[in-house]
Amino acid sequence: MCGIAALQLRNPTLRGDLGLLMHGMLCEIVDRGPDSAGLALYGDDRLNPADRAAVTLLDVSMDADVFAQTLAVALPGAAVVVTRLGETTLVTALTGTAELEAAIESILQDAQVAGRGEHVTVLKGTGHPLDLAETYGLKQVTGWQGLSHTRMATESAVTASGAHPFTVADDLCLVHNGSFSNHASIRRQLRAEGIHFDSENDSEVAARYIARRLEQGDDLSTALTRLGEVFDGFYTLVVTTPTSMAVVRDPIACKPAIIAETDDWIAMASEYRALASLPGIENARIFEPSPGVVYTWELSPAAPARDTIPEAISL
Amino acid sequence: MTNDTAIQPITSIDLAARSVRELNQLLHTAVDGSAFVIDNPAGQHSIGAGIDADIDVTVNGHVGYYFAGMHKTGTVTVHGSAGVGLAENIMSGIVHVTGDASQAAAATGHGGLVIIDGNTGARCGISMKGVDIVVGGSIGHASAFMAQAGRLVVCGDAGEALGDSIYETRIYVRGTVASLGADCVEKPMREEHLAELGDLLTAAGRHEDPADFRRFGSARSLYHFKVDNAGSY
Repeated sequence: MCGIAALQLRNPTLRGDLGLLMHGMLCEIVDRGPDSAGLALYGDDRLNPADRAAVTLLDVSMDADVFAQTLAVALPGAAVVVTRLGETTLVTALTGTAELEAAIESILQDAQVAGRGEHVTVLKGTGHPLDLAETYGLKQVTGWQGLSHTRMATESAVTASGAHPFTVADDLCLVHNGSFSNHASIRRQLRAEGIHFDSENDSEVAARYIARRLEQGDDLSTALTRLGEVFDGFYTLVVTTPTSMAVVRDPIACKPAIIAETDDWIAMASEYRALASLPGIENARIFEPSPGVVYTWELSPAAPARDTIPEAISL
Repeated sequence: MTNDTAIQPITSIDLAARSVRELNQLLHTAVDGSAFVIDNPAGQHSIGAGIDADIDVTVNGHVGYYFAGMHKTGTVTVHGSAGVGLAENIMSGIVHVTGDASQAAAATGHGGLVIIDGNTGARCGISMKGVDIVVGGSIGHASAFMAQAGRLVVCGDAGEALGDSIYETRIYVRGTVASLGADCVEKPMREEHLAELGDLLTAAGRHEDPADFRRFGSARSLYHFKVDNAGSY
Protein backbone atom coordinates (compact mmCIF):
# COMPACT_ATOMS: atom_id res chain seq x y z
CA MET A 1 0.00 0.00 0.00
CA CYS A 2 1.18 3.52 -0.80
CA GLY A 3 -0.55 6.86 -0.98
CA ILE A 4 -0.58 9.34 -3.84
CA ALA A 5 -1.91 12.88 -4.04
CA ALA A 6 -1.36 15.12 -7.06
CA LEU A 7 -2.59 18.60 -7.88
CA GLN A 8 -2.41 20.76 -10.99
CA LEU A 9 -3.55 24.34 -10.52
CA ARG A 10 -5.21 25.85 -13.58
CA ASN A 11 -6.22 29.07 -11.86
CA PRO A 12 -3.10 31.23 -11.29
CA THR A 13 -4.69 32.91 -8.27
CA LEU A 14 -4.46 29.60 -6.36
CA ARG A 15 -0.75 29.12 -7.01
CA GLY A 16 0.35 30.97 -3.88
CA ASP A 17 -1.39 28.23 -1.90
CA LEU A 18 0.00 25.15 -3.69
CA GLY A 19 1.88 23.93 -0.63
CA LEU A 20 -0.99 24.58 1.73
CA LEU A 21 -3.40 22.63 -0.48
CA MET A 22 -0.89 19.82 -0.92
CA HIS A 23 -0.29 19.65 2.82
CA GLY A 24 -4.02 19.15 3.38
CA MET A 25 -3.99 16.32 0.85
CA LEU A 26 -0.83 14.74 2.29
CA CYS A 27 -2.39 14.56 5.78
CA GLU A 28 -5.03 12.17 4.40
CA ILE A 29 -2.65 9.76 2.68
CA VAL A 30 -0.24 9.29 5.61
CA ASP A 31 -2.04 6.12 6.74
CA ARG A 32 -1.34 4.51 3.37
CA GLY A 33 2.43 4.87 3.65
CA PRO A 34 3.97 6.04 6.90
CA ASP A 35 7.59 4.89 6.35
CA SER A 36 8.85 7.49 3.89
CA ALA A 37 7.57 10.20 1.60
CA GLY A 38 8.46 12.47 -1.26
CA LEU A 39 7.35 15.58 -3.09
CA ALA A 40 7.72 16.97 -6.60
CA LEU A 41 6.96 20.69 -6.64
CA TYR A 42 6.72 22.65 -9.87
CA GLY A 43 7.30 26.38 -9.90
CA ASP A 44 8.33 27.32 -6.38
CA ASP A 45 10.42 30.49 -6.70
CA ARG A 46 12.11 29.94 -3.36
CA LEU A 47 13.25 26.32 -3.86
CA ASN A 48 13.88 26.51 -7.60
CA PRO A 49 13.95 30.10 -8.89
CA ALA A 50 12.94 30.67 -12.50
CA ASP A 51 16.41 31.21 -13.97
CA ARG A 52 18.08 28.29 -12.20
CA ALA A 53 18.51 24.57 -12.49
CA ALA A 54 17.94 22.41 -9.42
CA VAL A 55 19.46 19.04 -8.61
CA THR A 56 18.38 16.95 -5.64
CA LEU A 57 20.99 14.74 -3.97
CA LEU A 58 20.51 12.11 -1.29
CA ASP A 59 22.69 11.21 1.66
CA VAL A 60 25.49 13.68 0.92
CA SER A 61 28.18 13.09 3.54
CA MET A 62 30.26 16.20 2.74
CA ASP A 63 29.60 19.25 4.90
CA ALA A 64 27.05 21.49 3.13
CA ASP A 65 29.23 24.64 3.34
CA VAL A 66 32.34 22.84 2.10
CA PHE A 67 30.31 21.28 -0.70
CA ALA A 68 28.87 24.70 -1.67
CA GLN A 69 32.31 26.31 -1.71
CA THR A 70 33.84 23.50 -3.79
CA LEU A 71 30.94 23.62 -6.22
CA ALA A 72 31.24 27.44 -6.50
CA VAL A 73 34.84 26.99 -7.63
CA ALA A 74 33.75 24.43 -10.23
CA LEU A 75 30.95 26.69 -11.49
CA PRO A 76 32.26 30.27 -11.35
CA GLY A 77 29.58 32.90 -11.65
CA ALA A 78 26.76 30.39 -11.24
CA ALA A 79 25.82 31.62 -7.74
CA VAL A 80 25.53 28.10 -6.36
CA VAL A 81 23.13 27.58 -3.45
CA VAL A 82 23.21 24.39 -1.38
CA THR A 83 20.36 23.68 1.04
CA ARG A 84 20.27 20.67 3.35
CA LEU A 85 16.72 19.45 4.05
CA GLY A 86 16.93 16.20 6.02
CA GLU A 87 18.33 13.42 3.82
CA THR A 88 17.83 15.68 0.79
CA THR A 89 20.43 18.16 -0.36
CA LEU A 90 19.09 20.66 -2.86
CA VAL A 91 21.54 22.39 -5.17
CA THR A 92 20.55 25.27 -7.45
CA ALA A 93 22.72 27.30 -9.79
CA LEU A 94 22.50 29.69 -12.72
CA THR A 95 23.30 26.90 -15.16
CA GLY A 96 21.62 24.19 -17.13
CA THR A 97 20.72 20.95 -15.38
CA ALA A 98 23.31 18.84 -17.22
CA GLU A 99 26.12 21.31 -16.43
CA LEU A 100 25.15 21.41 -12.76
CA GLU A 101 24.90 17.62 -12.55
CA ALA A 102 28.32 17.20 -14.19
CA ALA A 103 29.92 19.64 -11.75
CA ILE A 104 28.34 17.82 -8.81
CA GLU A 105 29.58 14.46 -10.05
CA SER A 106 33.11 15.84 -10.42
CA ILE A 107 33.06 16.54 -6.67
CA LEU A 108 30.87 13.70 -5.35
CA GLN A 109 31.62 10.67 -7.49
CA ASP A 110 29.00 8.54 -5.72
CA ALA A 111 26.32 11.25 -5.66
CA GLN A 112 22.80 9.89 -5.68
CA VAL A 113 20.81 12.22 -7.91
CA ALA A 114 17.12 12.01 -6.98
CA GLY A 115 15.78 15.02 -8.83
CA ARG A 116 16.70 17.34 -11.63
CA GLY A 117 15.06 20.11 -13.56
CA GLU A 118 14.58 23.78 -14.24
CA HIS A 119 11.01 23.78 -12.94
CA VAL A 120 10.68 20.94 -10.46
CA THR A 121 12.06 20.51 -6.96
CA VAL A 122 12.17 16.93 -5.68
CA LEU A 123 12.37 16.33 -1.94
CA LYS A 124 12.21 12.90 -0.33
CA GLY A 125 13.30 10.97 2.70
CA THR A 126 12.47 8.40 5.36
CA GLY A 127 10.30 9.14 8.37
CA HIS A 128 6.77 10.28 9.08
CA PRO A 129 5.40 12.14 6.06
CA LEU A 130 4.14 15.09 8.10
CA ASP A 131 7.53 15.49 9.83
CA LEU A 132 9.13 15.51 6.39
CA ALA A 133 6.57 18.11 5.19
CA GLU A 134 7.67 20.27 8.12
CA THR A 135 11.36 19.82 7.23
CA TYR A 136 10.64 20.78 3.61
CA GLY A 137 8.42 23.75 4.53
CA LEU A 138 5.63 22.36 2.38
CA LYS A 139 2.97 24.77 3.64
CA GLN A 140 4.96 27.73 2.30
CA VAL A 141 5.44 26.26 -1.17
CA THR A 142 4.03 28.04 -4.20
CA GLY A 143 3.73 26.89 -7.80
CA TRP A 144 1.45 25.40 -10.39
CA GLN A 145 1.70 21.65 -9.87
CA GLY A 146 2.70 19.17 -7.22
CA LEU A 147 2.93 15.49 -6.55
CA SER A 148 3.19 13.73 -3.19
CA HIS A 149 3.72 10.11 -2.26
CA THR A 150 3.70 8.22 1.01
CA ARG A 151 5.40 4.85 0.86
CA MET A 152 4.75 1.49 2.46
CA ALA A 153 7.75 -0.37 1.10
CA THR A 154 7.28 -3.78 -0.52
CA GLU A 155 9.80 -4.28 -3.32
CA SER A 156 12.93 -2.70 -1.84
CA ALA A 157 14.30 -1.24 1.38
CA VAL A 158 13.01 1.79 3.29
CA THR A 159 15.58 4.35 2.20
CA ALA A 160 15.44 7.87 0.81
CA SER A 161 16.47 6.52 -2.60
CA GLY A 162 13.59 4.03 -2.52
CA ALA A 163 11.08 6.79 -1.75
CA HIS A 164 9.08 8.32 -4.57
CA PRO A 165 8.93 10.36 -6.78
CA PHE A 166 11.45 9.07 -9.27
CA THR A 167 12.87 11.81 -11.44
CA VAL A 168 15.20 10.29 -14.01
CA ALA A 169 14.98 12.99 -16.68
CA ASP A 170 14.69 16.75 -16.40
CA ASP A 171 11.39 17.80 -14.81
CA LEU A 172 9.82 14.35 -15.37
CA CYS A 173 8.46 12.76 -12.18
CA LEU A 174 6.75 9.45 -11.47
CA VAL A 175 5.03 8.03 -8.40
CA HIS A 176 3.68 4.50 -8.11
CA ASN A 177 1.24 2.65 -5.88
CA GLY A 178 1.59 -1.08 -6.45
CA SER A 179 4.33 -3.43 -7.55
CA PHE A 180 5.68 -4.61 -10.89
CA SER A 181 6.35 -8.32 -11.29
CA ASN A 182 8.58 -8.21 -14.39
CA HIS A 183 10.72 -5.20 -13.51
CA ALA A 184 13.95 -7.24 -13.37
CA SER A 185 13.56 -8.36 -17.00
CA ILE A 186 12.77 -4.84 -18.20
CA ARG A 187 15.68 -3.41 -16.18
CA ARG A 188 18.01 -5.89 -17.89
CA GLN A 189 16.70 -4.88 -21.31
CA LEU A 190 17.10 -1.18 -20.57
CA ARG A 191 20.60 -1.73 -19.17
CA ALA A 192 21.47 -3.50 -22.40
CA GLU A 193 20.40 -0.31 -24.19
CA GLY A 194 22.84 1.66 -22.03
CA ILE A 195 20.41 3.00 -19.44
CA HIS A 196 21.91 3.55 -15.98
CA PHE A 197 19.92 2.69 -12.83
CA ASP A 198 20.27 4.25 -9.37
CA SER A 199 18.41 1.61 -7.35
CA GLU A 200 16.87 -1.85 -7.39
CA ASN A 201 13.43 -0.30 -6.99
CA ASP A 202 10.70 -1.55 -9.36
CA SER A 203 9.18 1.93 -9.77
CA GLU A 204 12.48 3.35 -11.02
CA VAL A 205 12.26 0.89 -13.92
CA ALA A 206 8.91 2.41 -14.95
CA ALA A 207 10.38 5.91 -14.68
CA ARG A 208 13.39 4.93 -16.82
CA TYR A 209 11.13 3.23 -19.34
CA ILE A 210 8.91 6.31 -19.72
CA ALA A 211 11.91 8.63 -19.97
CA ARG A 212 13.34 6.37 -22.68
CA ARG A 213 10.07 6.36 -24.64
CA LEU A 214 9.79 10.15 -24.43
CA GLU A 215 13.39 10.48 -25.55
CA GLN A 216 12.53 8.33 -28.55
CA GLY A 217 9.67 10.60 -29.55
CA ASP A 218 6.56 9.27 -27.81
CA ASP A 219 4.25 11.74 -26.18
CA LEU A 220 3.39 11.07 -22.52
CA SER A 221 0.09 9.36 -23.30
CA THR A 222 1.68 7.01 -25.86
CA ALA A 223 4.55 6.19 -23.51
CA LEU A 224 2.10 5.20 -20.77
CA THR A 225 0.02 3.12 -23.17
CA ARG A 226 3.19 1.25 -24.18
CA LEU A 227 4.08 0.80 -20.52
CA GLY A 228 0.76 -1.03 -20.08
CA GLU A 229 1.76 -3.42 -22.86
CA VAL A 230 5.21 -4.15 -21.42
CA PHE A 231 4.87 -4.04 -17.63
CA ASP A 232 3.09 -6.70 -15.63
CA GLY A 233 1.85 -6.08 -12.12
CA PHE A 234 -0.30 -3.79 -10.03
CA TYR A 235 -0.06 -0.09 -10.49
CA THR A 236 -1.62 3.27 -10.19
CA LEU A 237 0.89 5.72 -11.65
CA VAL A 238 0.98 9.50 -11.76
CA VAL A 239 3.53 11.07 -14.08
CA THR A 240 4.17 14.80 -14.32
CA THR A 241 6.04 17.11 -16.66
CA PRO A 242 6.21 20.92 -16.29
CA THR A 243 3.04 21.28 -18.33
CA SER A 244 1.14 18.06 -17.86
CA MET A 245 -0.05 15.42 -15.46
CA ALA A 246 -0.99 11.84 -16.36
CA VAL A 247 -2.73 9.05 -14.47
CA VAL A 248 -2.97 5.38 -15.42
CA ARG A 249 -4.09 2.23 -13.59
CA ASP A 250 -3.35 -1.38 -14.42
CA PRO A 251 -6.00 -3.16 -16.52
CA ILE A 252 -7.63 -4.88 -13.56
CA ALA A 253 -7.50 -1.81 -11.32
CA CYS A 254 -5.83 -3.40 -8.32
CA LYS A 255 -4.92 -0.09 -6.77
CA PRO A 256 -7.31 2.74 -5.98
CA ALA A 257 -7.44 6.14 -7.64
CA ILE A 258 -9.93 8.96 -7.72
CA ILE A 259 -9.92 12.16 -9.71
CA ALA A 260 -11.66 15.47 -9.13
CA GLU A 261 -11.78 18.27 -11.66
CA THR A 262 -12.94 21.87 -11.60
CA ASP A 263 -12.17 24.86 -13.82
CA ASP A 264 -9.56 25.89 -11.23
CA TRP A 265 -7.69 22.61 -10.69
CA ILE A 266 -7.36 18.93 -11.42
CA ALA A 267 -6.51 16.61 -8.56
CA MET A 268 -5.87 12.90 -8.17
CA ALA A 269 -5.52 10.89 -4.98
CA SER A 270 -5.54 7.33 -3.74
CA GLU A 271 -8.64 8.06 -1.70
CA TYR A 272 -11.38 10.68 -1.86
CA ARG A 273 -10.67 11.94 1.65
CA ALA A 274 -7.45 13.51 0.34
CA LEU A 275 -9.52 15.61 -2.06
CA ALA A 276 -12.27 16.55 0.40
CA SER A 277 -10.70 19.80 1.59
CA LEU A 278 -9.88 21.26 -1.83
CA PRO A 279 -11.67 24.57 -2.57
CA GLY A 280 -14.81 23.99 -4.64
CA ILE A 281 -14.78 20.19 -4.19
CA GLU A 282 -18.54 20.27 -3.64
CA ASN A 283 -19.02 21.20 -7.30
CA ALA A 284 -16.14 19.17 -8.75
CA ARG A 285 -16.58 16.40 -11.31
CA ILE A 286 -15.44 13.35 -9.36
CA PHE A 287 -14.71 9.99 -10.97
CA GLU A 288 -12.57 6.89 -10.73
CA PRO A 289 -10.18 6.50 -13.66
CA SER A 290 -11.11 3.45 -15.73
CA PRO A 291 -8.67 0.55 -15.66
CA GLY A 292 -5.98 0.60 -18.33
CA VAL A 293 -6.98 4.05 -19.63
CA VAL A 294 -4.36 6.83 -19.79
CA TYR A 295 -5.63 10.22 -18.62
CA THR A 296 -3.58 13.36 -19.29
CA TRP A 297 -4.18 16.99 -18.48
CA GLU A 298 -2.22 19.85 -20.03
CA LEU A 299 -1.85 23.24 -18.42
CA SER A 300 -3.35 25.76 -20.77
CA PRO A 301 -0.72 27.90 -22.53
CA ALA A 302 -3.19 30.76 -22.17
CA ALA A 303 -2.45 30.77 -18.45
CA PRO A 304 1.33 30.42 -18.28
CA ALA A 305 2.62 29.29 -14.93
CA ARG A 306 5.52 31.70 -15.11
CA ASP A 307 7.40 33.52 -17.83
CA THR A 308 9.80 30.71 -18.54
CA ILE A 309 7.38 27.79 -18.63
CA PRO A 310 7.90 25.90 -21.87
CA GLU A 311 4.98 25.61 -24.27
CA ALA A 312 5.74 21.93 -24.59
CA ILE A 313 8.25 19.80 -22.80
CA SER A 314 11.33 18.78 -24.71
CA LEU A 315 13.19 15.85 -23.24
CA MET B 1 -52.07 5.50 11.74
CA THR B 2 -50.76 4.52 15.13
CA ASN B 3 -47.22 4.02 16.13
CA ASP B 4 -46.26 2.22 19.33
CA THR B 5 -42.70 3.42 19.20
CA ALA B 6 -42.12 6.73 20.94
CA ILE B 7 -41.04 9.38 18.46
CA GLN B 8 -37.34 10.00 18.89
CA PRO B 9 -35.73 13.35 18.12
CA ILE B 10 -33.33 13.47 15.19
CA THR B 11 -29.74 13.64 16.35
CA SER B 12 -27.39 15.73 14.21
CA ILE B 13 -23.72 14.84 14.11
CA ASP B 14 -21.12 17.09 12.50
CA LEU B 15 -18.09 14.99 11.58
CA ALA B 16 -16.04 18.16 11.21
CA ALA B 17 -16.37 18.49 14.99
CA ARG B 18 -16.69 14.88 16.18
CA SER B 19 -14.77 11.72 15.35
CA VAL B 20 -16.04 8.69 13.45
CA ARG B 21 -15.31 6.62 16.57
CA GLU B 22 -17.62 8.82 18.65
CA LEU B 23 -20.31 8.65 15.98
CA ASN B 24 -20.14 4.88 15.64
CA GLN B 25 -20.27 4.45 19.42
CA LEU B 26 -23.41 6.59 19.45
CA LEU B 27 -24.98 4.52 16.66
CA HIS B 28 -24.15 1.28 18.47
CA THR B 29 -25.97 2.39 21.62
CA ALA B 30 -28.94 3.91 19.76
CA VAL B 31 -32.44 2.63 20.49
CA ASP B 32 -34.84 1.38 17.82
CA GLY B 33 -36.72 4.16 16.06
CA SER B 34 -34.09 6.85 16.52
CA ALA B 35 -32.80 8.90 13.63
CA PHE B 36 -29.46 10.53 12.85
CA VAL B 37 -28.30 13.10 10.32
CA ILE B 38 -24.57 13.22 9.67
CA ASP B 39 -22.86 16.18 8.01
CA ASN B 40 -19.32 16.73 6.72
CA PRO B 41 -18.29 13.09 6.29
CA ALA B 42 -15.38 14.27 4.07
CA GLY B 43 -14.70 10.77 2.76
CA GLN B 44 -13.73 9.37 6.16
CA HIS B 45 -13.55 5.61 6.48
CA SER B 46 -15.81 3.18 8.38
CA ILE B 47 -18.65 5.61 9.02
CA GLY B 48 -21.74 3.77 10.24
CA ALA B 49 -20.04 0.39 10.48
CA GLY B 50 -21.77 -2.26 12.56
CA ILE B 51 -25.23 -0.71 12.98
CA ASP B 52 -27.46 -3.28 14.74
CA ALA B 53 -30.54 -1.28 15.79
CA ASP B 54 -33.59 -0.34 13.75
CA ILE B 55 -32.51 3.24 13.20
CA ASP B 56 -32.56 5.70 10.31
CA VAL B 57 -29.27 7.32 9.33
CA THR B 58 -28.85 10.02 6.69
CA VAL B 59 -25.41 11.20 5.57
CA ASN B 60 -24.99 14.41 3.60
CA GLY B 61 -21.79 14.19 1.56
CA HIS B 62 -19.32 11.59 0.31
CA VAL B 63 -18.22 8.71 2.53
CA GLY B 64 -14.98 6.73 2.41
CA TYR B 65 -14.05 3.06 2.65
CA TYR B 66 -16.23 0.42 4.35
CA PHE B 67 -19.25 2.64 4.88
CA ALA B 68 -22.03 0.75 6.72
CA GLY B 69 -19.88 -2.36 6.88
CA MET B 70 -21.52 -5.38 8.57
CA HIS B 71 -24.84 -3.52 8.48
CA LYS B 72 -27.45 -5.56 10.39
CA THR B 73 -30.66 -3.55 10.46
CA GLY B 74 -32.10 -0.10 9.92
CA THR B 75 -31.92 2.19 6.91
CA VAL B 76 -28.87 4.17 5.92
CA THR B 77 -28.90 6.76 3.13
CA VAL B 78 -25.91 8.61 1.70
CA HIS B 79 -26.60 11.75 -0.30
CA GLY B 80 -23.29 11.49 -2.10
CA SER B 81 -20.89 8.77 -3.20
CA ALA B 82 -19.17 5.95 -1.32
CA GLY B 83 -15.64 4.56 -1.36
CA VAL B 84 -14.30 1.00 -1.51
CA GLY B 85 -16.24 -1.75 0.27
CA LEU B 86 -19.64 -0.09 0.65
CA ALA B 87 -21.85 -2.18 3.00
CA GLU B 88 -19.28 -4.94 3.06
CA ASN B 89 -20.70 -8.10 4.64
CA ILE B 90 -24.16 -6.55 5.07
CA MET B 91 -26.45 -8.97 6.92
CA SER B 92 -29.86 -7.28 6.54
CA GLY B 93 -31.40 -3.80 6.45
CA ILE B 94 -31.07 -1.21 3.69
CA VAL B 95 -28.10 0.86 2.52
CA HIS B 96 -28.83 3.46 -0.17
CA VAL B 97 -26.24 5.63 -1.95
CA THR B 98 -27.57 8.33 -4.25
CA GLY B 99 -24.25 8.79 -6.07
CA ASP B 100 -21.63 6.28 -7.17
CA ALA B 101 -19.85 3.54 -5.25
CA SER B 102 -16.23 2.45 -5.67
CA GLN B 103 -14.94 -1.12 -5.90
CA ALA B 104 -16.32 -4.13 -4.03
CA ALA B 105 -19.73 -2.67 -3.21
CA ALA B 106 -21.74 -5.07 -0.99
CA ALA B 107 -18.87 -7.57 -1.07
CA THR B 108 -19.67 -10.83 0.75
CA GLY B 109 -23.11 -9.49 1.72
CA HIS B 110 -25.33 -12.12 3.36
CA GLY B 111 -28.66 -10.32 3.17
CA GLY B 112 -30.43 -6.95 3.07
CA LEU B 113 -30.68 -4.52 0.18
CA VAL B 114 -27.96 -2.25 -1.20
CA ILE B 115 -29.15 0.45 -3.61
CA ILE B 116 -26.71 2.53 -5.63
CA ASP B 117 -28.40 5.10 -7.85
CA GLY B 118 -25.21 5.81 -9.82
CA ASN B 119 -22.44 3.53 -11.06
CA THR B 120 -20.08 1.21 -9.23
CA GLY B 121 -16.43 0.40 -9.81
CA ALA B 122 -15.08 -3.11 -10.25
CA ARG B 123 -16.03 -6.19 -8.24
CA CYS B 124 -19.56 -5.14 -7.30
CA GLY B 125 -21.11 -7.98 -5.29
CA ILE B 126 -17.92 -10.02 -5.17
CA SER B 127 -18.58 -13.21 -3.21
CA MET B 128 -22.15 -12.10 -2.44
CA LYS B 129 -23.90 -14.62 -0.23
CA GLY B 130 -27.53 -13.53 -0.23
CA VAL B 131 -27.60 -9.73 -0.45
CA ASP B 132 -29.78 -7.99 -3.04
CA ILE B 133 -28.01 -5.23 -4.97
CA VAL B 134 -29.73 -2.75 -7.28
CA VAL B 135 -27.49 -0.44 -9.32
CA GLY B 136 -29.12 2.41 -11.27
CA GLY B 137 -26.11 2.86 -13.51
CA SER B 138 -23.35 0.55 -14.68
CA ILE B 139 -20.97 -1.78 -12.86
CA GLY B 140 -17.26 -2.43 -13.38
CA HIS B 141 -15.35 -5.58 -14.25
CA ALA B 142 -15.27 -8.80 -12.22
CA SER B 143 -18.61 -8.09 -10.60
CA ALA B 144 -20.43 -10.97 -8.87
CA PHE B 145 -17.14 -12.90 -8.88
CA MET B 146 -17.72 -16.19 -7.02
CA ALA B 147 -21.24 -15.05 -6.17
CA GLN B 148 -23.04 -17.61 -4.05
CA ALA B 149 -26.56 -16.33 -3.41
CA GLY B 150 -28.73 -13.22 -3.73
CA ARG B 151 -29.75 -11.04 -6.66
CA LEU B 152 -27.79 -8.37 -8.56
CA VAL B 153 -29.76 -5.90 -10.69
CA VAL B 154 -27.93 -3.58 -13.09
CA CYS B 155 -29.96 -0.94 -14.93
CA GLY B 156 -26.96 0.11 -17.01
CA ASP B 157 -24.10 -1.97 -18.42
CA ALA B 158 -21.85 -4.60 -16.87
CA GLY B 159 -18.06 -4.70 -17.31
CA GLU B 160 -15.86 -7.61 -18.27
CA ALA B 161 -15.97 -11.06 -16.66
CA LEU B 162 -19.42 -10.70 -15.12
CA GLY B 163 -20.17 -13.55 -12.71
CA ASP B 164 -16.85 -15.29 -13.06
CA SER B 165 -16.80 -18.61 -11.15
CA ILE B 166 -20.35 -17.97 -9.99
CA TYR B 167 -21.98 -20.62 -7.78
CA GLU B 168 -25.52 -19.26 -7.64
CA THR B 169 -27.07 -15.72 -7.66
CA ARG B 170 -29.42 -14.34 -10.27
CA ILE B 171 -27.99 -11.39 -12.20
CA TYR B 172 -30.28 -9.06 -14.18
CA VAL B 173 -28.73 -6.60 -16.62
CA ARG B 174 -30.66 -4.05 -18.67
CA GLY B 175 -27.77 -2.78 -20.81
CA THR B 176 -24.81 -4.52 -22.38
CA VAL B 177 -22.48 -7.06 -20.82
CA ALA B 178 -18.84 -6.58 -21.89
CA SER B 179 -18.12 -10.28 -21.31
CA LEU B 180 -19.21 -13.16 -19.11
CA GLY B 181 -16.79 -14.85 -16.72
CA ALA B 182 -16.17 -18.58 -16.50
CA ASP B 183 -19.34 -20.62 -15.91
CA CYS B 184 -21.67 -17.60 -16.11
CA VAL B 185 -24.34 -17.94 -18.80
CA GLU B 186 -27.45 -16.17 -20.01
CA LYS B 187 -30.67 -17.83 -18.91
CA PRO B 188 -34.31 -17.34 -19.94
CA MET B 189 -36.47 -14.76 -18.18
CA ARG B 190 -39.46 -16.69 -16.87
CA GLU B 191 -42.52 -15.24 -15.15
CA GLU B 192 -41.05 -15.70 -11.67
CA HIS B 193 -37.94 -13.79 -12.72
CA LEU B 194 -39.95 -10.89 -14.11
CA ALA B 195 -41.93 -10.84 -10.87
CA GLU B 196 -38.92 -10.87 -8.52
CA LEU B 197 -37.11 -8.28 -10.65
CA GLY B 198 -40.19 -6.05 -10.54
CA ASP B 199 -40.23 -6.34 -6.76
CA LEU B 200 -36.53 -5.50 -6.50
CA LEU B 201 -36.86 -2.46 -8.76
CA THR B 202 -39.86 -1.24 -6.77
CA ALA B 203 -38.00 -1.75 -3.48
CA ALA B 204 -35.16 0.35 -4.89
CA GLY B 205 -37.59 3.09 -5.99
CA ARG B 206 -36.91 2.52 -9.69
CA HIS B 207 -39.23 2.50 -12.68
CA GLU B 208 -37.47 0.39 -15.32
CA ASP B 209 -39.53 -2.27 -17.09
CA PRO B 210 -38.43 -5.79 -16.01
CA ALA B 211 -39.05 -6.96 -19.59
CA ASP B 212 -36.03 -4.88 -20.73
CA PHE B 213 -33.59 -6.97 -18.67
CA ARG B 214 -31.70 -10.17 -19.41
CA ARG B 215 -30.89 -12.80 -16.80
CA PHE B 216 -27.51 -14.41 -16.14
CA GLY B 217 -26.55 -17.15 -13.74
CA SER B 218 -24.45 -20.21 -13.11
CA ALA B 219 -24.03 -23.01 -15.64
CA ARG B 220 -23.06 -25.13 -12.62
CA SER B 221 -20.32 -26.84 -14.58
CA LEU B 222 -17.66 -25.95 -11.99
CA TYR B 223 -19.53 -27.53 -9.09
CA HIS B 224 -17.76 -30.84 -9.39
CA PHE B 225 -14.28 -31.89 -10.30
CA LYS B 226 -14.11 -33.33 -13.80
CA VAL B 227 -11.92 -36.39 -14.07
CA ASP B 228 -11.03 -35.35 -17.62
CA ASN B 229 -9.07 -32.43 -16.09
CA ALA B 230 -7.02 -34.63 -13.76
CA GLY B 231 -4.03 -34.38 -16.09
CA SER B 232 -3.92 -30.62 -15.55
CA TYR B 233 -2.95 -30.97 -11.89
